[in-house]
Amino acid sequence: MATKAIVGEKVGMTQVFDDQNRAVAVTVLKVAPVRVVRVKRPEREGYSALQVTWGVRRAGALSKPEQGHFEAAGVEPGRRLVELRIEDSSGYEVGQQLTADLLAAGERVDAIAVSKGKGFTGAMKRHNFKGQGAAHGNHKKHRSPGSVGACATPARVFPGTRMAGRMGGRQVTTLNLEVVDADAERQLILLKGAVPGPRGAVVVLRDTVKGTNGAVRS
Amino acid sequence: MNPTDIVDRESLRDDVPDFAPGDTLKVHVRVVEGNRQRDQVFQGAVIRRQGSGARETFTVRKVSFGVGVERTFPVHSPVLSKIEVVTRGDVRRAKLYYLRGRVGKAAKIKEKRAARS
Repeated sequence: MATKAIVGEKVGMTQVFDDQNRAVAVTVLKVAPVRVVRVKRPEREGYSALQVTWGVRRAGALSKPEQGHFEAAGVEPGRRLVELRIEDSSGYEVGQQLTADLLAAGERVDAIAVSKGKGFTGAMKRHNFKGQGAAHGNHKKHRSPGSVGACATPARVFPGTRMAGRMGGRQVTTLNLEVVDADAERQLILLKGAVPGPRGAVVVLRDTVKGTNGAVRS
Repeated sequence: MNPTDIVDRESLRDDVPDFAPGDTLKVHVRVVEGNRQRDQVFQGAVIRRQGSGARETFTVRKVSFGVGVERTFPVHSPVLSKIEVVTRGDVRRAKLYYLRGRVGKAAKIKEKRAARS
């Protein structure tokens, strides 16, 4: 599991030039200082995590339970409450602030966010099916998935058969992204490559759980 | 203004001359050979300028030994040591792809007479 995590908002994509003057496509994340609202510990909650918030929210926009929760923690209410699962939460305390310099350039992270909703899409877009031919008498079935099952046996379509349906709008994790720059002063983190979600999406960053964190890269 | 401008600002160069499609440029490109560094000049006509901000690029076309050569550079690339405008061209469109099908005199770009304001 990740040893550290932070949350930010996607700003957009652009490119920067690296030390060898190559253009690197980067995703810009705005990582405002994150305030710890609650520390979840294995003794009490059964697992380790941080509940955090960032930014500001009007008092009137809070429900009474939320208000009470923030008040009990003694933390200024923020945009949203997000839970960051980490391996060991014992070093953290309520009210503590985490900033973008939690990460450093060259580190590898995973980005977790809700992907852009694509609505109801066909099988070609959703599952990369090939569709059907344009010729040989095909009529109005060019983007159809084709057969979805057999005949009288089993006389049904198996569950889980890939078909058209809702695409996107679900949680996606992009693994092993390189941190190009982390600047706490400007509250920015630049990640090499794309991150799921639209601009403004809430993105959780954690140090990568599967990658090598740059250690074995030659 | 784009939300990523705050990042782009650092990559932007302030020494990019004003040039447009049709202009003839001398593009000085830093080339590293082993541990020696020198400038390579690529001279030709700008046939395209596209994009904006840090991602803007331009394409220069020249005919070298009878073969058309096009190179695309990021406008703000640190690899470019200098961009020199040799002549201003008088053209009516933004993308001069029609030059690709032409050779010799037909591929010539008229020079702009009046000074650009």
